Amino acid sequence: MREVAILGAGMTRFGELWDRSFREIGIEAGFQALVDAKLSSGDLGALYMGNMASGSLIDQEHIAPLILDYAGLAGHHLEAVRIEGGGASGALALHQGYLAVASGAHDFVVVGGAEKLTDVADTEANRIINSTADHEWEEVFGATLPALWAMMARRHMHDYGTTREALASVAVQAHEMGAKNPNAHYRNRLTLDQVLRATPVAEPLGMLDCAPLSDGAAAVVLGPLERARKFTDTPIRIVASQVACDTMALHHRRDLTTIDSTVVAAKRAFAQARRAPEDVGVAEVHDGFTISALLALEDLGFVPKGQSGPAFAAGQFALGQKLTVNPSGGLKAQGCPFGAVGVAQAVEVVRQLRGEAKERQAPATNLGLLHDVGGTGATSVVHLLERVN
Amino acid sequence: MDAGIVSYGAYVPRYRITPEEIGKVWGTDGTAMGQGLNVHRKSVPAPDEDTITISTEALRTALLRGAIDPQELGAIYVGSESHPYAVKPTASVVAQAVGATPNLTAADFEFACKAGTAAIQTCLGLVASGMIRYGVAIGSDTSQGAPGDALEYSASAGGAALVIGRERVIAQVHRTLSYTTDTPDFWRREGQRYPSHGGRFTGEPAYFRHVGECARRIMEEVGTTPRDYAHVVFHQPNGKFPQRIGKQLGFTDEQMRYGLVTPYIGNTYSGAALLGLANVLDRAAPGQRILVVGYGSGAGSDAFDIETTDEIARFDRSYGLPVQEYLDQGIELNYATYAKYRGKIHMGGT
Amino acid sequence: MAIARFWRETPRRYNLGGSRCTNCRTVYFPPRSVCPTCSTHRQSIGKLEPFQLSGEGEVITYSVVHDAAEGFEMQVPYVVALVRTREGPTLTGQVVDVDPHTVRIGLKVRATFRKLREDGRAGVIHYGYKFAPADSGGAAPAPRGPRGTAPVAPGPGAGAARA
Repeated sequence: MREVAILGAGMTRFGELWDRSFREIGIEAGFQALVDAKLSSGDLGALYMGNMASGSLIDQEHIAPLILDYAGLAGHHLEAVRIEGGGASGALALHQGYLAVASGAHDFVVVGGAEKLTDVADTEANRIINSTADHEWEEVFGATLPALWAMMARRHMHDYGTTREALASVAVQAHEMGAKNPNAHYRNRLTLDQVLRATPVAEPLGMLDCAPLSDGAAAVVLGPLERARKFTDTPIRIVASQVACDTMALHHRRDLTTIDSTVVAAKRAFAQARRAPEDVGVAEVHDGFTISALLALEDLGFVPKGQSGPAFAAGQFALGQKLTVNPSGGLKAQGCPFGAVGVAQAVEVVRQLRGEAKERQAPATNLGLLHDVGGTGATSVVHLLERVN
Repeated sequence: MDAGIVSYGAYVPRYRITPEEIGKVWGTDGTAMGQGLNVHRKSVPAPDEDTITISTEALRTALLRGAIDPQELGAIYVGSESHPYAVKPTASVVAQAVGATPNLTAADFEFACKAGTAAIQTCLGLVASGMIRYGVAIGSDTSQGAPGDALEYSASAGGAALVIGRERVIAQVHRTLSYTTDTPDFWRREGQRYPSHGGRFTGEPAYFRHVGECARRIMEEVGTTPRDYAHVVFHQPNGKFPQRIGKQLGFTDEQMRYGLVTPYIGNTYSGAALLGLANVLDRAAPGQRILVVGYGSGAGSDAFDIETTDEIARFDRSYGLPVQEYLDQGIELNYATYAKYRGKIHMGGT
Repeated sequence: MAIARFWRETPRRYNLGGSRCTNCRTVYFPPRSVCPTCSTHRQSIGKLEPFQLSGEGEVITYSVVHDAAEGFEMQVPYVVALVRTREGPTLTGQVVDVDPHTVRIGLKVRATFRKLREDGRAGVIHYGYKFAPADSGGAAPAPRGPRGTAPVAPGPGAGAARA
């Protein structure tokens, strides 16, 4: 297997992009990444597109060749494949791109992620999002995706004494970071009180505990590390790319407060990279709901089981700490265009490792982590990115 | 007749509304209305309840109490005037939901409020003739009165299921007969949302004539007088009519006491007489005689001369709730929530 | 087609018909054809038998839902819970006939039969299990296993075990 590097990264603004179509945002992100990588489209071997539900959201399946076509590359007859894994679609696409380059099947590939959630009514978008859990045995019985995560939160509160305030502190920090990110869906700061008093969605979670419905796209260009210096002074090496899965339904899990797929993906990733959680200086973790981030920090090995709430509330993962979590604002503030999320996490960590994150720049570090989750944890994807000096 | 009641179960939805609350909305004296009807609360189904769910709950209770294998049921008949589908049987869903399919016959009955008692008669015939081992008769409704109509003060929801058979009979049915005429006192035309009625015409020529004649004829045929019965159950569109016909026939308040449930839960239509009977069976001792007279508008009465057996002393009522609990319990709703639950609010969209 | 998709699940949705591995005795709901416990040594393939759940269980976590799933809009706020059944499997379901804010982890519940949703005003009505507090009197599902096998869990309320 060859070493794989990220050569370029780009993304659109996330948010309610009323005037922009799916194909427009997909192309914009892709070209930004190509320009960043100083690569010409003629060098490309494949496009991997993470996308959760274009068929339901914009009545368009088969979106990988569509993006390829409108990027002007149809004549090159590249391989273009859409990859789906609920909210983890983008991270799975990154994994696929990594495998393609590592295996030698392709030299240079674009990994994109795009989702357009505002072309359907909110109720319809929510229905589609709920289908990332087990439709037949969860949603049919009244369990929405927020309700399922809320049940994990309830159990975490019950088992470990996690407070409602600790959950809310995740949203407060996310918006603090979002305010520093020009691409973020939400750039307003929140107080703890605002989060606590927001309209309830699925108790104990309120509206401000939940990531928004966003449009957006992100892309990275991957290539073999040994040829990376030709394109960039700061290649970012993918030192681990791991996917793990678990039961589809929450009710079949071993433990309601542990995402086992994340635990396993993280263990494999740290083993692959021969690194440990303490080595990570910046992490983009799944915070589709405030509880998601707390579970992630425990499952990834950053805090002992049950202790994420007090640790987070105490600011242990804020900007400037030994480990900065979600400097982009995360899904919560940067936004949650499902298929784009995992790729946008890579874009953020690339910028952090390169030292290009400006106002939200974490202290210098050479190791970053990406963590994305599909549904309630049926799929988890963990990547470790390293700055090559 | 070689057939009787082997087991029974009742179910009444949890929510209640008072005549006062309804009267407030329509500018009428709800308290007076409630007293006039002798209906003090009525049951309201939750938005996820209908005749199918009520019937299923009642029958599941009956099967558990009687320790009856649902695969032994040869027939399920559901009497109701609020079948969720105009076409597609309630009974087949109930049969599936209790595990009785596929080797049985099933059908829906409709005869205003006496569809449930008509179902009992059909089961008695099938069982007595040896065609089936057990038959199920259910009377169940989620009845509606038009907003502001007098019916709105009484129309409620609930039902009961009787398992009819020949083995381990807890209440023997000695005789049943009916009295039927064409009397348009109450009806609902196809496609209409709410029923219509003939006002005071629903009294003398309809309810009182049919119930009275039917009761007199059955007592005459079996050679009984009101004194022979420990309990009497009449159809009860309100709390007043059954008391009046009972008095006319010579029954005492004590005989009518347990058979009268409408004052506490409203008129459950096809469920009313069966729920009254279930309440009596909850309390009956061996060897007690019970007279049941159902009534359905349009119009007809079905009467049953029943006697409890020694088996009822061994009957296991530990599953489900006794009817009395349904009469006592409940979560009271305001009219707005009631209107929402009953689909009386015009919703936008498609 | 939505009708068939729902219809084929009615034995499970109406009656809590699960399955049990004849090799390791683990009970599953919804039924499985391969036992996750034994699957690594392939001993379980084709060895799962139908198994009837009693419908009795305990809330192990719950949420009061305000932003409803499709078809549940008229019921907000409603309670959805994970219920650990007496026989082992955990199910997701609504808890009805209860004040949402009195629900607690540990609440004993039993299965009840309710409408789940309707395909619009003119479409098919879908029914299935929900849960109600155990003391509210609703009967458990049908006391039945498939004909001839009738595997029923032991204990009170197991239905056919008493027949």
